[in-house]
Amino acid sequence: MNHLLILPILLPAVVGALLVLAARHDGVLARTFAVASTVLLLAIAVALLVLASDGQVRSYALGAWPAPFGIVLALDRLAALMLVLNAVLGLGVLLYAIGGWDQRGKHFHPLFQFELMGINGAFLTGDFFNLFVFFEILLIASYGLMVHGGGGLRVKAGVQYVVTNLVGSSVFLIAVGMIYNVTGTLNMADLARIVPQVPAADQALLQTGAVLLLLVFAVKAALVPLHFWLPGTYANAPGPVAALFAIMTKVGAYSILRLYVLAFGADAGAAAWLAAPWLLPAGLLTLVLGMTGVLAARSLGQMASFAVIGSMGMLLATVAVFTPQATSAALYYLIHSTLAAGALFLVADLVAERRGAQRDRFAAAPRIAQGGLVGGLFFVAAIAMTGMPPLSGFIGKLLVLDGVRASAHAAWFWALILTTSLIAIVGFARAGSFVFWKPHALPAAPASAYRPDGALSFVAVGGLLACLVLLTVFAGPVHAWLELVAAQLYAPAGYIDAVLGTAQGVR
Amino acid sequence: MSLALIVLLPFIGALFPALMIRAGRSACATTAFVFPLLALVLLLAQAPAVFRGEVLVAAWDWVPALGLQAGFFLDGLGMFFAGLILGIGLLVIVYARFYLAKSDPMGVFYSYLLLFQGAMVGVVLSDNILLLLVFWELTSLSSFLLIGYWKHLPEGRQGARMALTVTGAGGLAMIAGMLILGDIAGSWNLSDILRNKEAIQASPLYVPALVLILAGCFTKSAQFPFHFWLPHAMAAPTPVSAYLHSATMVKAGLFLMARMWPVLAGTTEWFYLVATTGLVTMLVAAGIALFKDDLKGLLAYSTVSHLGLVTMLLGFGTPLAAVAAVFHILNHATFKAALFMNAGIVDHEAGTRDIRRLGGLLQLMPITATLAMVAGASMAGLPPLNGFLSKEMMLHEAVDTRWLGNGWIVAALATLAACFSVAYSFRYIVHVFFGARRDDYPHAPHDPPAGMWLPPALLVVLVVAIGLFPDSVAGPLVAVVARAVTGGAVMDYHLALWHGFTPALGLSAIAVAVGLGALVAYRRVRALWQAGPHPEAKAMFDAFIAGAAALARAVTHGLHNGSLQRYLAFALTAFTLAGFAAFLAAPHAAGTRALLPAHPAAIAAWVLLVGGCALTVMLFRRRVLSVLVVGTVGLIVCLAFIYLSAPDLALTQISVEVATVILILLALYFLPKEGPQSSSVRADPLRHLRDGVLAIVAGIGMAGASWAMLTRDGSSLSSYYLDNSVSGGGGTNVVNVILVDFRGFDTFGEITVLGIAALAIYALLDGALFGRTGRRLGAWSPDRPQSADRHPMIMVVATRVMLPLAMLVGAYIFLRGHNQPGGGFIAALVVSIALIMQYMASGFGWAAQRVKVNYHAMIGLGVLVAAATGIGAMVLDQPFLTSTFGHFHLPLVGEFELASAMAFDTGVFLTVVGAVMLALANLSRMGRWTSPYTINTGAMDVDPRAASGKEQG
Repeated sequence: MNHLLILPILLPAVVGALLVLAARHDGVLARTFAVASTVLLLAIAVALLVLASDGQVRSYALGAWPAPFGIVLALDRLAALMLVLNAVLGLGVLLYAIGGWDQRGKHFHPLFQFELMGINGAFLTGDFFNLFVFFEILLIASYGLMVHGGGGLRVKAGVQYVVTNLVGSSVFLIAVGMIYNVTGTLNMADLARIVPQVPAADQALLQTGAVLLLLVFAVKAALVPLHFWLPGTYANAPGPVAALFAIMTKVGAYSILRLYVLAFGADAGAAAWLAAPWLLPAGLLTLVLGMTGVLAARSLGQMASFAVIGSMGMLLATVAVFTPQATSAALYYLIHSTLAAGALFLVADLVAERRGAQRDRFAAAPRIAQGGLVGGLFFVAAIAMTGMPPLSGFIGKLLVLDGVRASAHAAWFWALILTTSLIAIVGFARAGSFVFWKPHALPAAPASAYRPDGALSFVAVGGLLACLVLLTVFAGPVHAWLELVAAQLYAPAGYIDAVLGTAQGVR
Repeated sequence: MSLALIVLLPFIGALFPALMIRAGRSACATTAFVFPLLALVLLLAQAPAVFRGEVLVAAWDWVPALGLQAGFFLDGLGMFFAGLILGIGLLVIVYARFYLAKSDPMGVFYSYLLLFQGAMVGVVLSDNILLLLVFWELTSLSSFLLIGYWKHLPEGRQGARMALTVTGAGGLAMIAGMLILGDIAGSWNLSDILRNKEAIQASPLYVPALVLILAGCFTKSAQFPFHFWLPHAMAAPTPVSAYLHSATMVKAGLFLMARMWPVLAGTTEWFYLVATTGLVTMLVAAGIALFKDDLKGLLAYSTVSHLGLVTMLLGFGTPLAAVAAVFHILNHATFKAALFMNAGIVDHEAGTRDIRRLGGLLQLMPITATLAMVAGASMAGLPPLNGFLSKEMMLHEAVDTRWLGNGWIVAALATLAACFSVAYSFRYIVHVFFGARRDDYPHAPHDPPAGMWLPPALLVVLVVAIGLFPDSVAGPLVAVVARAVTGGAVMDYHLALWHGFTPALGLSAIAVAVGLGALVAYRRVRALWQAGPHPEAKAMFDAFIAGAAALARAVTHGLHNGSLQRYLAFALTAFTLAGFAAFLAAPHAAGTRALLPAHPAAIAAWVLLVGGCALTVMLFRRRVLSVLVVGTVGLIVCLAFIYLSAPDLALTQISVEVATVILILLALYFLPKEGPQSSSVRADPLRHLRDGVLAIVAGIGMAGASWAMLTRDGSSLSSYYLDNSVSGGGGTNVVNVILVDFRGFDTFGEITVLGIAALAIYALLDGALFGRTGRRLGAWSPDRPQSADRHPMIMVVATRVMLPLAMLVGAYIFLRGHNQPGGGFIAALVVSIALIMQYMASGFGWAAQRVKVNYHAMIGLGVLVAAATGIGAMVLDQPFLTSTFGHFHLPLVGEFELASAMAFDTGVFLTVVGAVMLALANLSRMGRWTSPYTINTGAMDVDPRAASGKEQG
């Protein structure tokens, strides 16, 4: 038992509560607490990553109740990786938000901390009802963040977001009910132990529950046709919030990877690899629809949203191959696409803040302040998002193309990934030349009322892009480590033993 | 190491010009000059080794799993190209210093240029083909930036996008090709791949790999039918055209074909694909070039034509043709770059590039004219210039080539292309520099400063030198490059001006004669051309992209029309179909649990439940009513809990039900009481049918699933909880022990959710009080008649009496919770409802003045208390939320139990009360915002407006 495991959940929860209690009237105090907490969170996450790198799965039995009766947290390499990713993105976004966005409504910082708490919890928990609870935390917190700052369009999009996700939550409960009915457990490791023994008579209920749960995760991951909430939500959310949301879709992807390899993987008997036939075609369809949307978008934010959908399609289709090689490629792409999407949303916000009433819409507007710098950041972010060299998107794409070779559907992957890459390139090139180049054809505009708010926002965007550069330069060691992540994932015995074995002796 | 440094130097250099421009234009240009110069020196330092036949290699691992290495190698071909890129790059940098206007951002220009240069050097020095892909796409990106350099020009922006799209598409195809190739060869390094000719050509994947790689080469090198982007790339500043789109980048495709020549060439597929494409390109582009009036347009099509020529030579697949190809690459780079710079000078000095508006410049710009004539003559293929030599070699090879068994067609078409070539070259010279002197130029033309004419002059010197002394000037270089291209084949050739009377010489003579004839009769030839069809590639490309974008918009915005109903229909359809499909695909046996007889009360409740649902469907537009009807569902569920002996759940259900209904009704106060009139069944029968079918099918599915679940005796965790509740959790109420202990972590999460929800509501409604929504709310007036009895006495009195009782009940429920039905959650709801009643009775403002509690703080405190309880266990080195309990004895009270879980439950209590009350406070705040009245001073009063109305009446 190592108390470090609970801290990624406990720290933001306590800080969030403290912010409500003591810092709700003072912006400086709130910012100080929030940044300190997020930096600390990053440190904890890195410490956990180092801890998990020895390949041992660690569990933490809450209330000292043994699994499967109590709730356990479990830390393996994958969970640690996601924690670090969340903290890195969170810190970047927070630094950007304290440039001014956080003051445009109430309670930004507590909601932000609770959001981090929910996401971390979803990565750490080893209990799928507890996962539901964390889904609720991150859903409600994200809803609060999404409508931060108000405005008709935003609130309307917020309703669509929250209603769609509440439907998802209801189905989550139904699915959990079905699975619990035939297996009698809520613990993922225990489920993995029981699923192979489920008699034929109960298979239909078990598999229906599992498929419905897959679809619930797919709602979170914005898989077609459950993705409809995403474009409106991301495009209308405040810029930094949209950037933070880049990790929310990954929560869905993570859950799929976790549960459907662990409990419905090779050893699951009649229910083995249950997710694959659903996930693969849906993922490829998502890739196509998402990248099509990039070409069709009417604003930078909308374009980034569809790019996120497309990248989720590529990610999930690759996950659906369910081999360690494809999974390690998918994980590399996951890290990349999260950071790239985060940076892109922030850049879109930099543009929107400078274009007055046009915001980030593709409508004629005068030249923007600091156009060269913002344009340069957009160029880099666009290169990343479209998977052009030399950034990590290209390496990710190569890894995926290489990783799915063994799949029977490799030809589909190759054709669709390369074609949609081209569509995305065309879309981004059109958008970039419209927003950053075309205004030069207009007579110089009268001095804009916009006052650049200091360097912090550029530091935040630059920081995220710098992470992509690091990810590119150290692609070799990172991918080697990700291969270990995948190897651990596809050898679930370690996880099951860690959760069910050690926890039993505590009480 | 120095190999990597040669590639890196331009990249490092790219960082500086954009900064150094602050020190002045010359400082900027000098900085830009230094880095390629250093790289060139480093390269030349390796030259002796390369001429000795050595191959230099340097490699670092990058992504080993992928086979991606930062691997470089230098042989003759690489050195030749790198030298070309760096050398011409230096000339272009000097030229651009004088070419760019003061208003052009020079720093950025040089940064882009060096970025491109680095990428290009990377392409030609890469050993690893995946690394080569990286540099390859980087050239596309930097070319995009350079073509779009003049941001205000629409042609620049469109040309940039077109170039990126076409070359980007080819690059993507090439990714696939390279991945296949590497897989066949078992290595991603060229030095290994080039040794695997047999394995590669025997593989069934050879043809796909070949086609995909060629797609990359052809798009990059502007081969027909992908040639159209190159002329539009001429919107770039002329130094860019000279450098990228003539001398270097467009040769990347040729380079790669030459590089892969040892393993890919020699097959029938290679010959027909490459040679045919090259031939067609050479011919078509030469023809078009003759009729271009824009100087750069003419040169662009001429470039395409010459690229076709080299492609064709590579396609022939014979070693001698490869030598000719290499030699022509060198020659073309010299004369064409010179000509582009020349066109730039004309444009710069005369203010126009339109041939129809030019003429007679010979006297005005003698130096420029001389340079143009020499370089142009070389382009035409006249002796004794270098263009003549390689064209002779080309014709010689063409004569020897059979195409589909036909021995003369290649030679004939090549000669025809040569005719065009002569014609357009002379048109460039004659129509621009000869003829009558004109005075209608935008500027008065004169020769430019030396910085502008020296770079092309240097190239022209090379043109002549190679032409006169080919073997001594270019011989060793061509030899070492040719060895690299052909993989060391021994060839019998020598570069010379005079080979005797050969068929090729005859064809050359024909070409010159016909070409000159065409120029003399230019008007008639042009009229003939005008009469023919002119497929406009740009229009087709634009229409294609516009069509694709329109299709994308139709699909995207057609699907995502913003309707929540549609989105939910998609989601529910997916859930339903997937659920049924999964269920039907797996074996299932009905449950074996014995059914209980249905109690009449249960049947009655069931009827009420079904009726309630049906009523909701019918009444959904009347919102207040439907909220009440939905309430029956909650109540029946509550009854069901009682019926099934779950008093805790029943208590929770009923109190949640009451609290939510009150809050919903309060919120409805501000909303229209009627839902918007949606389309009637008649107007939109399909949608109603869709929704109806979906609801029924999903309902059947849910009912079936419930039946299946309820009729089987599944295993569950219950027995463990029953066994351990008292011994481990210290409570006899198992439900409560589960909530606060066994699964206390869930509860901790859920109270956080409640708290977050209240905070989110607060933030949302707080925002609504300002701006447009705020103004609308301010102007809002109640849409229902209101009672004049604002705070009725009966209600005030009744709630006051109830308050202490309710508080006591709350405390009781809270305290007994661990052992009897109850607990913090239910107690909180009971207390909240009692408090809400007070607020309702006397008005929120009145009550708020008397309650000094801040509900935000209460939520924060509640979560903190719950967390602190758990952290307490951590201090004792137990996991978070580990509980403890003990039995204590106090006089009078007797023995009682204290459990840490009660502290946790206190946190639950505080958070829940805080959350419910904060939600209420928000709604009241909106109420006060819209209300014209001040807060009442008395606990009970009447509506002043209604009262005054009565008095007046």
